[in-house]
This record gives sequence, structure tokens and C-alpha cells, in this order.
Amino acid sequence: MGFFPDEVALDMATDGRFLLLDPRDNVMVVRARIRKGETVEVEGTAARVDADLPLGHKVARRAIAAGDKIVKYGAPIGSATAAIPAGAHVHVHNVKSDYTPTYHLEDVRPAEAGAA
Amino acid sequence: MMRGWLRSDGRKGIRNTVVVAYLVECAHHVAREIAIPFRDRDVHVIGFPGCYPNAYAERMMDRLCTHPNVGAVLLVSLGCESFNKYRLAHVVAESGRAVETIVIQATGGTRASIEAGRAFVAAQRDALDAMETVPMAVSELVVGTVCGGSDGTSGITGNPAAGRAFDMLVAEGAACIFEETGELIGCEHIMAARAVTPELGGVLEASVAKAARYYATLGYGSFAAGNAEGGLTTIEEKSMGAYAKSGASPISGLIKPGDVPPRGGLYLLDVVPDGEVRFGFPNINDNAEIAELIACGSHAVLFVTGRGSVVGSAVSPVVKICANPETYRRMADDMDVDAGRILDGGATLDAVGAEIRDLVVGLAAGSRTRSEALGHQEFVLTYKSFEPIGPACLPAA
Repeated sequence: MGFFPDEVALDMATDGRFLLLDPRDNVMVVRARIRKGETVEVEGTAARVDADLPLGHKVARRAIAAGDKIVKYGAPIGSATAAIPAGAHVHVHNVKSDYTPTYHLEDVRPAEAGAA
Repeated sequence: MMRGWLRSDGRKGIRNTVVVAYLVECAHHVAREIAIPFRDRDVHVIGFPGCYPNAYAERMMDRLCTHPNVGAVLLVSLGCESFNKYRLAHVVAESGRAVETIVIQATGGTRASIEAGRAFVAAQRDALDAMETVPMAVSELVVGTVCGGSDGTSGITGNPAAGRAFDMLVAEGAACIFEETGELIGCEHIMAARAVTPELGGVLEASVAKAARYYATLGYGSFAAGNAEGGLTTIEEKSMGAYAKSGASPISGLIKPGDVPPRGGLYLLDVVPDGEVRFGFPNINDNAEIAELIACGSHAVLFVTGRGSVVGSAVSPVVKICANPETYRRMADDMDVDAGRILDGGATLDAVGAEIRDLVVGLAAGSRTRSEALGHQEFVLTYKSFEPIGPACLPAA
């Protein structure tokens, strides 16, 4: 069925520390640690990194609107809870599961604690 | 060259372990003390802590005590627990294995029970060490896979590499088992399309729907805080990564804990209990899942970790595949495979898959895993309830 994470070549210039897993994806995976404040190229556009990005975390490949599906491995993995600019960190602070809420210890804010 | 110990049911073990099994938590200390002098001689402690009867736990104990990697069994009972020690001893004896039951209350307490237990274990250990091995083929292997301490690298490196190893083993006739339907949420449709019959496809989808319902009732997905710290954002994302462990082979069947695959092929193990939500979380930690894979006959279990798990298991060796190169550098002593090399182009998925396959085969030719060398023998068994599998679960080949 072709579900195999292998690197997909990008058409436009993009920082080599980002990995695109499927051409349908709107996020890329960080393959080497990137520091907050660094400027990185995302599909030909310069973006300033808004958070420390450890290995395995995700950034937006393009601007994502609140409510849009987040697509990784060519499949939806949740929905954006806020507008996410290209190059921004995509994680629990701006994405929610479409199934069960994500339990996490970092970034727990009262507004999210009871969210479904 | 692979060699194994032949058992009376025709299966072969890649280990020849003496199991010391406590039948209630009250007998755990005595069981542990019996095993301590033999800690480097393949004597493993397993057991069930509960005092109330549970059909699932009794079936798990049956299967584990008659696992091909087990050569002899010592049961340790307090005396007043509900676990049916007579039936378990009978099942083990029927399998041709030496078995003895020590009842602490009848033997005269802790010290006398430890002495009696050690005498039995020492005699069995000597007998098993003198037992001849026979040649064994890859097609006689049952291999399970699990992931734990997953992060954003697991689904890119370690899990798909384990999937490639599964593809190779299935092609060679082995039976391979993947599991944790609570970590396949969102993957049910692509997975169902790989079933060998449409009816089985329906069963696979229903098993994931059951898991989604079960976890929704409990209020937590199969997702730990460390998963989020490692870059995983939702259960769907974790699931897509976990699903990659299954490789690309057709799915031959769905089994439940204690069901042994009837022939080679790829099988999904449904670990989520049937019926109303009872007894709490389906698997309270990774070792509960590993114990279930082993109860299905797994000779070895592939364990993919990103954050860095250190566990092994009683009964069967656990092969640790580290997905994250930073974790590998910190914890190399605990890891059998450095799959993080895939991230920076240091190795291909196929190459790491072949390395994992060779490692598993090597376990039947004298080699040991890192967790075995470090003495890891974790074991967890809790209350659950299952209905038997239906006719669509194992279509005839």
C-alpha cells in the first residue's frame, strides 16, 4: 500500500534539517536539533524558528489555518487549534487529536486542561 | 546455525529456562528469593498478583509455563489464593515438563519454602543443561513487536526498520505478531485493506474501533507524557508511526492474548479487553504487552524505542531497537540496534531491517540481547477479560 516513511524530495529550497515524509504533508520532521531564533528556509521562504526544535518534532511546511487537518505520512493526525505560519513549531500547543486528548507534562495551561 | 530445544508439542525453544511462578503477590517474595542464586542461569520469575480468579490470567499462565522457551516450572503458592494451582500443574505436567508446586503455608513458611524451591530449581537446571538441542529453521520462529517510549523518530527509523525485518521473516515462513490496537487509531482503514479476506478486514477495523471506545471511556489515549516531549502530538500521529512496525506483508489473522498463530504469516494481536470497561487500562505498561506477545508463542520480541527504554522480559529475549540517534549515544549499552543512523543517511531502512532479522536468527544460535546480558527479566500480568476469537479471525490459508 505504499505506507513507508522515506524521504520525499522538495521542489523548493528547504533547510536540510527538515524531512518531508509524504508529498501530501503540511508538516515536516526535524532531523537535527534547531535552536529558537535561527532563520531557516522553508520551501523558498525564510522563517524565524519560534521554539527550540528537538529531533522528531514538526514544523509547518506552509501556512495552516485554525481547524485545518494536520497531515503527516500522507494521513490526518489531528486538527490545528490556531493559525500556524510556515516554519512554526507544530505541536500540542496548536494541534488537537480528533480522537482522544493528548496527555503531556510540558506546556500545561489551565485553558487546555479540561479540553476534550 | 539455528538450534532449539524440542518440546512435546513439536515447537522448539531458543532458550531453556526454568520458570518460578508465584500464584498471588503474597508468594512473590519467596519466588524471587528462590531464583536469586540462579540469576545468571536462566531462571526467571513470573506470576499473577491477584487473589481473585481471572480466566485471562490463568490462560496467560498456562501459555507462559508451556512456552517453548521454558523447560521446567516451579509454582509457588501461598495456599489460600483463588488461582487454580492444581489445574496449572496438570497442564504443565501434560506438556512433558517437570513441575513442582510449593505451598508456603503447608511447607512451613518463608525459609523452608525457599530451601525446597532452590533444591528443585538446582536439580532442574542441571537436567536442562544436559538436554540436547536440535536444528531449527526460521520458519519455526514466532516473533513479536512492540514500541515503547516512542518519540518523533520512532515512526521514521526504528518502526519501519522493524517492519522490514518482519517482511523478511514472513517471507521465510516465520509467524510475526504486531499489536496494541489502541496505537492503531486512525490506521484502521489502510490496515484492513491488507487483510487476506474482506471478513478479516472487518474484524481488524472493529478491533481498532473497540480500542478507541475503550480508551475514550478511560479518558486517556495510549499515550505517555514523554511521547509529547519527544515530538508526538496526537494518538493518531503515534499510531501512524507504530503501524509501520507491521511492514507490508498481507495480514493473515487476528489473535488474542494466548492464541498461538497456526502457521507462518503476519498477525495482529488484539490486546483490548472485550465487553464493558472493567479492570482499568488494557496494558498498564510495555511489559504487560510484551508478556502477551510471549504468551502467543513469541520466541523473541522486537522493541522499538525513541526516548530510551531499558526493559527486557522473563521467558523470551527482547531485542532493543533505538530509533533516536541522540538517545542511542546516551544509552548504547542498553541497545541492540542503532536505527537512528537512518535519519542522517548512515544506513537504509532495508539495511537496518536485515540487521534486525539477522539478530533474531542469531538468538537461536547462541547470542544474547543487551537486556538479557544486563539481567532484565521484567514481567507484569493484571486482570482482563476476553471473548474467544471468531471464525473470521483466522481464515484458512
